[in-house]
Formats: sequence, structure tokens, C-alpha cells
Amino acid sequence: MIADLPPGLILILGAFLVPLLRGWTRNIYMVALPIVGLASVLAIPDGNHFAFRLFDYGLVPVRVDSLSTVFGIIFHVAAILSVIYAFHIRDTVQQTAGLVYAGAAIGGVFAGDLITLFIYWELTAIASVFLIWASRTERSYRSGMRYLVIQVGSGVLLFAGALVHYAETGSILFDKMGLNGTGTVLIFIAFGIKCAFPLLHNWLQDSYPEATITGTVFLSAFTTKLAVYALARGFPGTEMLIWIGALMTAFPIFYAVIENDLRRVLAYSLNNQLGFMVVGIGIGTELALNGTAAHAFSHILYKALLFMSMGAVLLRAGTIKGSELGGLYKSMPWTTGFCIVGAASISAFPLFSGFISKSLILSAAAHEGHWITWGILLFASAGVFHHSGIKIPYFAFFAHDSGIRCREAPWNMLLAMGVTAALCIGIGVWPQPLYGLLPYTVDFTPYTTTHVITQLQLLMFSALAFGFLMRTGLYPPEVKSTNIDFDVVYRKLLPWLWNRLIIEFCGGIWAGILGSSRRRIERFIERLYRHHGPYGILARTWPTGSTVLWVGVMLGGLLLIYYL
Amino acid sequence: MSEPSPDEKAYWLDNPKNVAKVFWSVVGTCVILFVADAFYHKHVELEAESWFGFYGIYGFVACVALVLAAKELRKILMRGEDYYDR
Repeated sequence: MIADLPPGLILILGAFLVPLLRGWTRNIYMVALPIVGLASVLAIPDGNHFAFRLFDYGLVPVRVDSLSTVFGIIFHVAAILSVIYAFHIRDTVQQTAGLVYAGAAIGGVFAGDLITLFIYWELTAIASVFLIWASRTERSYRSGMRYLVIQVGSGVLLFAGALVHYAETGSILFDKMGLNGTGTVLIFIAFGIKCAFPLLHNWLQDSYPEATITGTVFLSAFTTKLAVYALARGFPGTEMLIWIGALMTAFPIFYAVIENDLRRVLAYSLNNQLGFMVVGIGIGTELALNGTAAHAFSHILYKALLFMSMGAVLLRAGTIKGSELGGLYKSMPWTTGFCIVGAASISAFPLFSGFISKSLILSAAAHEGHWITWGILLFASAGVFHHSGIKIPYFAFFAHDSGIRCREAPWNMLLAMGVTAALCIGIGVWPQPLYGLLPYTVDFTPYTTTHVITQLQLLMFSALAFGFLMRTGLYPPEVKSTNIDFDVVYRKLLPWLWNRLIIEFCGGIWAGILGSSRRRIERFIERLYRHHGPYGILARTWPTGSTVLWVGVMLGGLLLIYYL
Repeated sequence: MSEPSPDEKAYWLDNPKNVAKVFWSVVGTCVILFVADAFYHKHVELEAESWFGFYGIYGFVACVALVLAAKELRKILMRGEDYYDR
């Protein structure tokens, strides 16, 4: 029975049949795979499955519990929605890669040991890079290469960490580890790269906006949330994560405000949302971990919805630059509406999904007395409304009319956006089913008078700030630009240093070798010249008389010796 | 993708007066929400939360500070669109 396969493998193995199918059968098959996968995840009982021994390692390819199940479910839902959104695509590479990528991420969240995790970890990297390269531009090729190097590097660190951890503890199982020992530090850094920790984050903003329209929707769901899951599994309650997460929520929003490429704005805001989840893991209480899982769940949906709406704009208007867009609500009213639902959800408006998940994390931070962190998260919440909630819909669909008139998005994109938007509202209005999936029992009521009014105050005053800045002309205009981020280190500084190294250092050595050998050759030639040159001692002409004299001397000498 | 046709219907938001109406309705909502703090008992975890209108003021100040700071950051961070292609 196909459902007896380990979760994830259904999608990975099934993906290889995609090239054999054509037209509608291919679409139906592609959407059926994650549906079957989802059914198998719901059917599989808790516990370890398929365990076996490989050399000395006891491997557990599938471990099912409430934490892996909640991620497993949302990954399948994301795969279904992303496939529907990509129905109009006829690109076998993208379609196969998308399914393998989703399957690898699903396999990763059910991995019970570090070796299995490593295999799926690398597979997500390798499969997903094709979604970037599928743009088939020079930029996407280069960006994909950087992405691949960083992602595979993260996997290598994970593998090294796993082996060191095994040597230190004798266990290869993927459970709560905490930061103790070299092995766990390596694993922590590996997770941190994929989770886009500050300074390790630029692969995200670099590559996601270069991927294809449909590829970015896939990408937004899996890689980083696999990392969030891995952190929640391995490092809950690691205090350092509170600070890392708080920093992650805050600094990307400054970039999001001044960024012109609206898909890159979303990539920065994705980074900011990950920060909330990382803070939840760092706090590590039941409330906080529930918050992380719930926020990952609702975040995958609204972030996909936002990327879908911006993808539709890119498809129809041909650009995604804020400086060139505006007034598209006239041409794309449905897309506008769905985008606003996504914007309201990410901003955590009451009755939308972000509200019922983010408030768990903020409450946990306040409850544990992390008031500085809480203040940063509140700042970031206002900020996220500012750039994702207002900026994205405003500059794409409203602002000044750019004069662009285009068709509404294709029906399959509208369907995917519609279903996703319905889920965002559904979760916000009726959070109990999601709360029921969470790892711990939820003792939390999101809809209290205090929560609703304070949240509305925060958001409406943020909107007021936007209106105020717009009307006074203080708001920075959208301009065509690149904003340098930390990636300038490896995209400009290091190549420059390398070139200097080659030119200055190696060039110096080369010049030295060249100079000294030239001097030696010159000296040799000089010596040769001294002896054999026109004035050299061996080139002089001697008079015959002196030769006869010397012969006489020689013969006389010989006679003398003979005589003696 | 095409240009707007001259006989295209005028939309509600095309009129600047209506855009102003949207702004002033946001102002009105903010006033109502600010005053609302007087009419219910706040359940709070931290002291700051209990201050009157805390969330509203915090949100407004945070956003204005965010945008103005980001605007200043442009002076340091902004480069040409082809910066990495050169």
C-alpha cells in the first residue's frame, strides 16, 4: 500500500513519474500526491517506524509525534496549494523539483535520527535550487549557485556535528540536545544557517526574489520552517535563541521599508517572522513552543498567499518593482483582495490567522518577564504591519496610478489564493482546530477584550503613522536601487580582497622570482661576454711572434723536464 | 498589459478627496480606540501595558522611528540597481 511509505517519500518517488504525464493528467496527479501524503500522515500512529541498524548507528527514519505531525500537515497543505498555483506551468524541471523539495522537507520533519535528517536536509537544498535556476537568467544562475553553496555547507556542518555528537554521546538520535559539546554547536550553526539567523541570512533575500513566480511560493514554505522545526526539536529553551530571535524580528524590517523589489520586501519580512518563532523556541515553555508551532502553521499560509499575490502581479504586469507599480486594483481586484487578506493575517489583525498564533509568543515572552524582548517583538509587530501589511498592497495596487492595465491573474492562481485566504480567515476566526494540533495542551484565549483592543490600537496607530508620513511627504519614495546587506562581504569584499591578494601578494612574489632570475641570466651573459666577447680575454688576437716565443718556452720547458 | 483607455470609468479612490476621507477615518478609529482604554479592565502581564493608550502610542512612535531611521540608512546602504552586476 502506497500509504505505508515513510512520509515524504510518496512525494519524492512520485515526482519521478511527473515527466511521463502530460497536460491535465499531470496536474491532477501532482495535486493528488500531496493529498495522498497528507492522508498517510493523518493515518500513521505516533511512535518510531522503520527503525533499522546501519553499521553502528541505530537509525529511525520516521518518528511521529505531535510536533512532527503539525509541521507534516502544514507542509502537505503548502504543497497542495503551491501545486494548484503552478497549474499553468509546463516546465517539467520545476514541477519535479517542487515535489521532490516538498517531499524532502516533509521527510526531514519526520526524521528520528541525525543521519536521516542530514539526507533530507541536503535533498531540500539540491531540489530547491532548480526552482531558482528555472528562471533561466544569468542573475538567477549566480544567485542559485550562492544559495546552493550555503545550503549544502549547512548540510556539511550538520553531518560533521552529527558525527562529533555521536562520538561524544554515543547517540545519533535527533532529540533535545541543548548546546553542550562541539557536536551540538556545529548542529546549531547548521540549523541557524537554514533558519537565516542574523549575518547568516542573506541567502534568503538573495535567492527567493530570483526564483520563478511559482518557485518562490514553494520556497517560502519549506526550507526555513524545516529549520524552525529542527531548532524546536533540538534546542528548545536555549536562552541564546531569545536574543537571536529578537534581533531577527527587528533588523530586517528596516531593509523591508527601503527595499524596492516587493518580493524581496517579503523575503525580509519572512526573516522577521522567523524571528518570532525563534524567540518562542528560546523561551521554551509549553506556551511558547505552542506559539512557535502555531505561528509556523499560520505563517506558511499567509506568507505563501502574499508571495502568490506578488507572483500574480509579476506575471501580469511584468515587473515587481514598487517604483513602477501602482493602481493595479483596477485591473486585478481579486488579487488585490487576496493580498489584503494575507497582509491582514501577517499583521495579526483580529479574525486573521497571525493574531491567534503570534499572541501566544508575545504572551509567553511577557509571562516569563522578558520585557526587553517583548518590547522588541511589539516594535517588530508594528513594523511588520507597516511594511508587509501596508507597503506591499499599497505600492502594488494603490499609490499613484502607474497606468499599467493588465488582465486578472489566471484562474488557478486565483483558486490557490482563494483557498489560502479562506484558510487564513478560517484559522483566525476558529483557532481551536489548530490549537488542537499543537504539541502541548493549549490553555489560552486569544479573543479577550484586552487582546483585541490593544492589538487594534497598535495596528491602527501604525496605519496612522503611515498616513501621517505619506501626507507630510516624509515617507521615503520607492526608488530603483540595491541596498547592501551583509552579503556584500562575500559578493564584493571577499572577491575584491582575493583579487588584491592575487595581484599584490602573488604578483609580488612572481615579480621577485622574475627579477632575480633575470638578474642571474644577465650576470651569466655578462660573464660570457667578458671572456668570449669581442674584448674578452679568449677572443683577443695574439701576434705570431709571441706564439713562437711561447712555443719555444714550452719546448724548452719540456726539454728541461726530460733532461732532469 | 496595456495603457488605460480614455473612456475608462473613474474609480472612487481616483478622487483625492476620498483618499483624504480614508485617512480621516483612520484618525477617527484611532481616537475611538485610544479612548476605549477608559472603558474596560486591562488584563496585563507587564506594567507598561497598563499605561493609558500604551499600545497606540508605542505603535505610532515605533513606526515613525522605523521609517525615519530606514530613510537615514538609505544614505549608507543604497547603491545603484546594477551594483552587483558591475
